[in-house]
Amino acid sequence: MNDTTAIRHIGQPLRRREDFKFLAGKGRYVDDVRLPGMLHMAVLRSPHAHAKIRSVDLSAAKVAPGVRLVLSGKALVGKIGPIAPNWVIPGSKVPFRPVVATDCVRFVGECVALVVAETLAEAYDAVGMIEVEYDVLPAVIDEEVAIREGAPQLHDNAPDNITTIYKVRGGDYQNAAREADHVIGLRVVNNRLIPTCMETRAIVASPEPDGTLTVYIGSQVPHMHRRWIAETVGIPEHQLRVVAPDIGGGFGAKMHLYPEDLLCPYLARELDAPVKWWESRSESHQSTSHGRAHTENIEVAFRNDGKILGLKVETLGNVGAYLSNMASGGPTVNTINFGTGTYKIDNYEAISRVVVTNTVPVDAYRGYGRPEGAYIAERAIDAVARYLKLDQVEVRRKNFVQPAEFPYRPYGSMGVMYDSGNYQGLLDKALAAFDYDGRRSECEALRGSGIYRGIGVAAYTHMCGMAPSRRLAMSGFDRGGWESARVSIDSSGRATIYSGSMSQGQGHITSLSQIAADVLQIPIEDIDIVQGDTRQVQAGHGTFNSRSMAVGGSSVHVSSQRIVAKAKKIAAGMLEVDEKDVSYSAGAFSVPGTDVAPVTFPKVARMAYVGHKLPDGVAPGLDETVFYDPTGMGAPSGIHLAYVEVDPETGIVDILDYVAVDDVGTLINPRLAAGQIHGGVVQGIAQALYEEVSYDPDNGQLLTGSLLDYAVPRAEHVPNIRSHFQETPSPTNPIGVKGIGESGSIAAPPCMVHAVLDALSPFGIKHLDMPLTPPRVWAAIQQARTGASR
Amino acid sequence: MPEPDNRHVVTVEINGARKTVAVEARRLLVHLIREDLGLTGTHVGCDTSQCGACTVEIDGQAIKSCTVLAVMADGASITTIEGLTDTGAELSPVQAAFHEHHALQCGFCTPGMVMSVRQLLRDQPNPSEHDIRHGLAGNICRCTGYHNIVRAVESLASKGYQS
Repeated sequence: MNDTTAIRHIGQPLRRREDFKFLAGKGRYVDDVRLPGMLHMAVLRSPHAHAKIRSVDLSAAKVAPGVRLVLSGKALVGKIGPIAPNWVIPGSKVPFRPVVATDCVRFVGECVALVVAETLAEAYDAVGMIEVEYDVLPAVIDEEVAIREGAPQLHDNAPDNITTIYKVRGGDYQNAAREADHVIGLRVVNNRLIPTCMETRAIVASPEPDGTLTVYIGSQVPHMHRRWIAETVGIPEHQLRVVAPDIGGGFGAKMHLYPEDLLCPYLARELDAPVKWWESRSESHQSTSHGRAHTENIEVAFRNDGKILGLKVETLGNVGAYLSNMASGGPTVNTINFGTGTYKIDNYEAISRVVVTNTVPVDAYRGYGRPEGAYIAERAIDAVARYLKLDQVEVRRKNFVQPAEFPYRPYGSMGVMYDSGNYQGLLDKALAAFDYDGRRSECEALRGSGIYRGIGVAAYTHMCGMAPSRRLAMSGFDRGGWESARVSIDSSGRATIYSGSMSQGQGHITSLSQIAADVLQIPIEDIDIVQGDTRQVQAGHGTFNSRSMAVGGSSVHVSSQRIVAKAKKIAAGMLEVDEKDVSYSAGAFSVPGTDVAPVTFPKVARMAYVGHKLPDGVAPGLDETVFYDPTGMGAPSGIHLAYVEVDPETGIVDILDYVAVDDVGTLINPRLAAGQIHGGVVQGIAQALYEEVSYDPDNGQLLTGSLLDYAVPRAEHVPNIRSHFQETPSPTNPIGVKGIGESGSIAAPPCMVHAVLDALSPFGIKHLDMPLTPPRVWAAIQQARTGASR
Repeated sequence: MPEPDNRHVVTVEINGARKTVAVEARRLLVHLIREDLGLTGTHVGCDTSQCGACTVEIDGQAIKSCTVLAVMADGASITTIEGLTDTGAELSPVQAAFHEHHALQCGFCTPGMVMSVRQLLRDQPNPSEHDIRHGLAGNICRCTGYHNIVRAVESLASKGYQS
């Protein structure tokens, strides 16, 4: 019997503990920070995609009302910067990136000059008075065009606009292609997206009387920002306090080092006053990192029965004008390592080229690389099914990795290992929930009457919580894979937990409390969680890569275990029995089989702090800090199914149903888990149907420059999401959890595209690139009809 | 700094309290609420009146406060998210339904969304799912996928919610 199960919160759909402040309008985001004497920074941004800066005239701005300081990039040379990436794939050529442009601008939105004024309005007014003369240069925005001979070159040290070449290989693709009955090719575009956190970026840097600097920033990675700002601005790390208050969404966009993150700390010290910068939405579209932006050329070799023998992939990852924080890792390790998806494809050959263009830098966005990787595998297998006229479900079933094969290394990979899974179980559950057979018949029946319905299927797996630390060195990832947690019990037996993870809406206050309560066996109300303050939280890596429960949660679990282990020693002393005879459950230390009166956790906590009767060798206090470095990574997986109807007269796609069955290991809180799936799926549907960053190919102007032009879906554009789970615990961590945040945005894009292609199959349409907007779908139907009538 | 000559005196009743401030003609109501009155529960999520994070009630009508100049609100009665819980720690029915149904994640769109839901249910006490989704078209949420927001509104309607 396991006594520690008496209080059991893991698996319970608890309502969120953090909700009240948000519902009451008492959330505190960076833009809500107001400090006495606070100044405001505004940034002049390049209106050109590629140009030489001939001159910058600051004179009018300098004398404008309220202005305290005006600077161009030249004034910052040798003082702060350059901005360096944090993940550099070995062999990459890293372009030089000044904080503010000095001689050349390389994307619309790049910082050219800045103003600090007493009010934000005055800062904006003065920015408008700065005169810059440019010599406009030819720009290139498309990754395929950028690597062609004669394309405009962005950086001297990156010939052909390529910064990184990365290859993956397993088995013998050429031989597989020879032995296959068929080899088909397809080219797929993974459309460029804007992450669109509802809270834009903001930062306040404030000099403190003791000479330290406090930086308020909506950061997914507060301790990483402390290191990066310290190193780039030249402030000793221990004199920098980074505070991440409430964050209005992150999705990967708030974990990079941006120019403004460096300017505010620098300017605050120069002016000896708090300096704030707040990003307007339109500014955000041209200054905060974009996501995706790949083109993939795929070749798949397969037998007549649908068994895939080999896969070949050529990825071009457009990373914008510079190598942003993780930019060389996304289109490479994170994408092509995962190109075979849930399928047993032993012969695999992939190459990825990372390409710079005159566009906003591209970096992590919900899934980062794994959506692109899953899209490769899924579009390939769907194409195989379509080619052979086989059922899309059966082809997947035939190619799945089998449950007995886990842990599974695809194509003999040294870097990728799927720890666990049961894809067949997921599929069966999804088909039943969806009524696949019934709907398949319905689709066929309705086609006769001119109603075009289709079913989409997508499977995915990936890996969460990049770890262990020693393995990250090989891929050039300049940080560890661990997470830290300190569990501090006060003298009344209540817990304060300092976690290096950083919630941006995921609900960590609730989920981490659930993990801790089960180990500590104390009421969840007696647990407080502290995140997002480097002066309070000892260390951390933050929240990205769906790592917070698997790594951050495990660190809370292990440090809580250490608390209980020590408390047990103290209790044994109080009970005057041997430690091994003490049992602990529901807040009481007892000696089973005896009539010894139990002692409670609060009493043990008090004893720990008064220290009156501690066993020999037990130090006072009840406070444990753990740096938990996982031994491996958990691999979530899932099957999603979509049912759509396409109106051939308008091209509008109506989503009739969406079923998600996900295996994210042990569920800590099913309510919050479903919420993650809902949100992720809708972001994936958005990529598939609505969203796309558009640039003018001739001059590099950003055409989707505001929320008027960039189609973030509203409630009426998306369906209910029927979310189900299968729990195959991960053997890689003590909780059995895998990771959930990215699942939806990985699965939904191929699922939606397959559904629309299925609906359009009577027209003979075999391929469409995202987003499947009404004009694009309508045009494809028109073209097919015209072609058919010719 | 010299006093700008384009200041205008604006008096509003906000969450039941009468407030008078002098503002520049170009000041938006949302900035009067956030900057001059310090009520930061009303958020700014865009600059084109798309996102709805700044939605408040002006004379009982849900309006995006970035679409109103502060001077236009002179004499108006305004309710912000803070006004829904001012009487104590109890959540109002719409707020409670959001909590119950996990209809918020990062919380940034939530104040505006709550205001729009109140309006929606005033206009349509028995909305269909389509009505709900269409009725919230002025508010963007990036976290929840709207699924649980719709559930929260459905539950309010089924209980005969009256604001």
